[in-house]
Amino acid sequence: MSAAVLRVALGNRTLVIGLLLSLVFVGAALVSFAWVPQDVGLMNIPERMKPPSAAHPLGTDHFGRDILSMIMVGARTSIAVAVVAVVIGMGLGVPLGLAAAVRRGSLLDEVIMRGNDLVFAFPSLLIAIMITAVFGPSALNAIIAIGIFNIPVFARLTRGAALSLWTRDYVMAARVAGKGAVRISAEHILPNVTNLLIVQGTIQFSLGILAEAALSYVGLGAQPPIPSWGRMLADSQTMISIAPHMAIFPGMAILLTVLGLNLMGDGLRDLFDPRIRRDRR
Amino acid sequence: MSLLQIEGLNLSIHSFDILHNVSLTVEAGQIVGVIGESGSGKSMTALAVMQLLPEGARAAGSVQLDGQDVLRLSEAELCHLRGRTMGMVFQEPMTALNPIQTIGDQVAETIRVHEKVSKAEAQERARVALARVELPEDRFPMSRYPHELSGGQRQRVVIAMAIALRPKLLIADEPTTALDVTTQAQILKLLKRLVQEDGMGLLMITHDLAVVADMADHLVIMRHGSVVETGPSPDLFRTMQHPYSKALLAASTHQPDRAAQPQEVPLLEVRGVIRDYATARRGIWGKPGTFRAVDDVSFQIRRGESLGLVGESGCGKSTLTRAILGLEEVQAGEILLDGQSVFTGHKANRAVRRRMQVVFQDPYGSFNPRHRVDRLVSEPFYLLDTPPQGAARDAAIAEALESVGLTADDRHKYIHEFSGGQRQRIAIARALIIRPDLIILDEAVSALDVSIRAQILDLLADLGDRMGLTYLFISHDLSVVRQVTDRVLVMQAGKIVEQGDTALIFDAPTHPYTQQLLSATPRLPDTHAA
Amino acid sequence: MLRYVLKRLVSLVISLAVASLVIFLAIEVVPGDPAAYMLGMNAQADTLAALRDQLGLNGSVFERYTSWVGGMLVGDFGTSYTYRTPVAEMIGDRMWISLPLAAYALTLSTVIAFPAGVWAASRRGSAADMGVMGVTQLGVAIPNFWFAMLMVLVFAINLGWFSAGGFAGWEQGFLAGMKSLTLPAIALALPQASILTRVMRSSLLDTLSEDFIRTARAKGLTRRQVLWRHALRNAMIPVLTIIGMQFSFLLAGAIIIENVFFLPGLGRLVFQAISARDLIVVESVVMLLVFAVIMVNFAVDLAYAAVDPRLRGRR
Repeated sequence: MSAAVLRVALGNRTLVIGLLLSLVFVGAALVSFAWVPQDVGLMNIPERMKPPSAAHPLGTDHFGRDILSMIMVGARTSIAVAVVAVVIGMGLGVPLGLAAAVRRGSLLDEVIMRGNDLVFAFPSLLIAIMITAVFGPSALNAIIAIGIFNIPVFARLTRGAALSLWTRDYVMAARVAGKGAVRISAEHILPNVTNLLIVQGTIQFSLGILAEAALSYVGLGAQPPIPSWGRMLADSQTMISIAPHMAIFPGMAILLTVLGLNLMGDGLRDLFDPRIRRDRR
Repeated sequence: MSLLQIEGLNLSIHSFDILHNVSLTVEAGQIVGVIGESGSGKSMTALAVMQLLPEGARAAGSVQLDGQDVLRLSEAELCHLRGRTMGMVFQEPMTALNPIQTIGDQVAETIRVHEKVSKAEAQERARVALARVELPEDRFPMSRYPHELSGGQRQRVVIAMAIALRPKLLIADEPTTALDVTTQAQILKLLKRLVQEDGMGLLMITHDLAVVADMADHLVIMRHGSVVETGPSPDLFRTMQHPYSKALLAASTHQPDRAAQPQEVPLLEVRGVIRDYATARRGIWGKPGTFRAVDDVSFQIRRGESLGLVGESGCGKSTLTRAILGLEEVQAGEILLDGQSVFTGHKANRAVRRRMQVVFQDPYGSFNPRHRVDRLVSEPFYLLDTPPQGAARDAAIAEALESVGLTADDRHKYIHEFSGGQRQRIAIARALIIRPDLIILDEAVSALDVSIRAQILDLLADLGDRMGLTYLFISHDLSVVRQVTDRVLVMQAGKIVEQGDTALIFDAPTHPYTQQLLSATPRLPDTHAA
Repeated sequence: MLRYVLKRLVSLVISLAVASLVIFLAIEVVPGDPAAYMLGMNAQADTLAALRDQLGLNGSVFERYTSWVGGMLVGDFGTSYTYRTPVAEMIGDRMWISLPLAAYALTLSTVIAFPAGVWAASRRGSAADMGVMGVTQLGVAIPNFWFAMLMVLVFAINLGWFSAGGFAGWEQGFLAGMKSLTLPAIALALPQASILTRVMRSSLLDTLSEDFIRTARAKGLTRRQVLWRHALRNAMIPVLTIIGMQFSFLLAGAIIIENVFFLPGLGRLVFQAISARDLIVVESVVMLLVFAVIMVNFAVDLAYAAVDPRLRGRR
């Protein structure tokens, strides 16, 4: 059975390409803990802003640091921030969505949904601006800002899917068997929304990477000396006419990671639901 | 030359064969009924005539409409024919209309697509068409949107669109299946009248022999994509030759053998039950209103009895069911099973609930697709204080599955591996596993094809005899209720308007609503009944 | 219809009230003593007292909140601590860069996405469809500020078609102002247009598989007529939701993109205010942006009712 699933999965070109691209960057982040081409703390001013060469495949930055190594270490920040933000969003959003669906139309539902609407009016950037104004910039703030924004995304998705599942007869059968709302949510609702959550999780992961890059670009995210992709782009900006490679490679890293995750999300969706998007809205 | 002449029609969709060598004819002014169970290809035949087939469909043979072979026409020529020479009415009136366009505009569009007329003239002719389907403008303004109309009214709008240009052929694909029986009767009468007035041909697709029995001039019986038998109606009911046609007719009127006699002891007592729902507030600071879904309902079910509960959609049957099962609290009255109340305080009484189970209508939505059959079937064990474990549990599951005609090995399968009829057996097994006294059958056979339905009814009768079960049989289908119940309750707008022995009520209904329901119910010709 | 509008109005007022409360709590209450925070650790006691007085920190939290909101209602956003000028004035100048930029980008993305989405949907599965989907896949993945940097490199530095940054000023004329905003608007619009194209396409495909489309075909409408007369307006309902949500992303994006082009908009103002710990300015800018987002979503709610008669209620 799992062999059959694997065969279908491998036959899905979008999924395979997406998975490979994502694995490259996750792999790079993991490898960077053990080995990088050159220590990113090491500055080498005479070698600064050198275009790609054999010694530095992607060139060096304005402090003479190896850009490939910077990208590898920067991947850790991006991935860690985005993953934790997804965990926050799912951890809080899914239970809220399940609860809202159980008490459809109740005060609880109303409060949860209005709260969601409100958070939608605060893009992660605004949340980050407020947190940073009060606590100063850090990668942790980026995580919180992106995580908070993820909560209503998952809450809404879960509620919508759960509402339609609650009208199914098998839920009615479980109620006839004396099961309560919590048990039914755990046994019948949650397992049937997992696929949707996995797909949405991949999408929020990729959006998280974009958001983290934007926040560190404007100085609200990870602070030097921690390398991050957004920071690298900010540093490259004034040098763009003399050292365009400093801007091009970190940007490509973001683009390819996000692309990979998006393709993976699309592929997973097709894998889970071959009857072409019914639940997509 | 016939109006519609289908000859040797073969159809495949993505290389799956759907139709084999289908031939039939429709004359002007004639009603031809095409009957078949699901998968018989009856709807595809209709869509092939309209040439509105799904993507990847390939048709061969000939479909002559008024002298032209529609299979050989270009898309532009087909657009010219659709709506003008042939019109079509679909099954689901709730979704068949554009939700954001007024009904007047939608009917007028048929006219404006085909004829160069002013907007005002098209509106005027749309008004006439709507009046012909009994939606006069003074009561149903043309500025109404579909969501402001009932299902039956929407179906009339669809019919008005189809007949606005007085087409020569009208195709109706299960036009009344989604409607209540009284609405169905009105729509059928309307269609018959329009055929007579316009002299058009009507190709009527249905799964229900009774619907076309007293309406069609000619019948076509289909199975697995082929025509099995054709003949004039109602003679065909007597002269049927093909075993499938005979089986279909037999299944439609099937009467299961029931030996058990109800005892004179009440099992379930419902006394003065009232169930109110809050409705939306009127205005922002207005008070929420209430809607009385169940209004002072009282009845009894005797042990071993099979009691029918009939009524149209929205009459309160489902609410009553939920109240009996202890899923929702009632505002007044009491529900007792063997003298014990279903609710104690605000909590459902477990000891009572474990003596009742339910079987639902939809064989596809009744099971969690992620669980195996053993887990699905054993779910009611949750109601027991000491549910069987290990070997005892396995034995109970095996027994339940075998009692409904499945095997113990089926326990390891997932629900998608079963057909609709098998799933309904599994639903019955799930209901039986804790050996309840009362089983509520909530439209339990309504979604099944007639031949499968007959088997399930036999199974229920047999189980009832063997296990001494009591049934509450809820259905909108009066003919089934007549076949399988001892007594019947008729429910309308939250009230029980009539109750009594099934045979008595069906032969001599006293309440006007019961009379109306019965006269609206389509019946097969009596010729075969003997 | 009136009832629907009233309901939305009530919900608009509640949203604004709750949003302002959240912002107020986050910036003025959570840090404890904002005055001490703004002055840093080495503040003199009398300077601190003076600032507290100026900020009105001596009242209760409730009094401070009501006076803040009351001030905003009459256009008084307080005085910037660092610049010693009324915040309303500072915002007034800069808002006329950020808001037009977001609106420009929203217009561009809508103008691109509609035809692209309709075109792809009407040729589903064709090479054209695959091409559009491929481009949008890239567009969704590209960080907009990086794309902006690349455009500066190509169109400003290498080709010299645009200036690399700065704002001409509206007093130079409408066109000159729009020209300074064109590259930033394109950079902002590309990812949003990609998302919108995909939503438009899938919504249209969903609508085209609905029953009423088949009914319309049975009336004799051609595929094209069905698409334009029946599918498009119905498909707009989910698309409107996305447009509403996009505006908040565009505003956030505008603030970031301003950095790439050295535009003196709200973004520059707020980032400077953050480094100067000027909480009054931060608070006001965030409130203004949230206000804009909530207003746009209110407009979207009204647009729903215009498209969908079911929301207008029974007559």
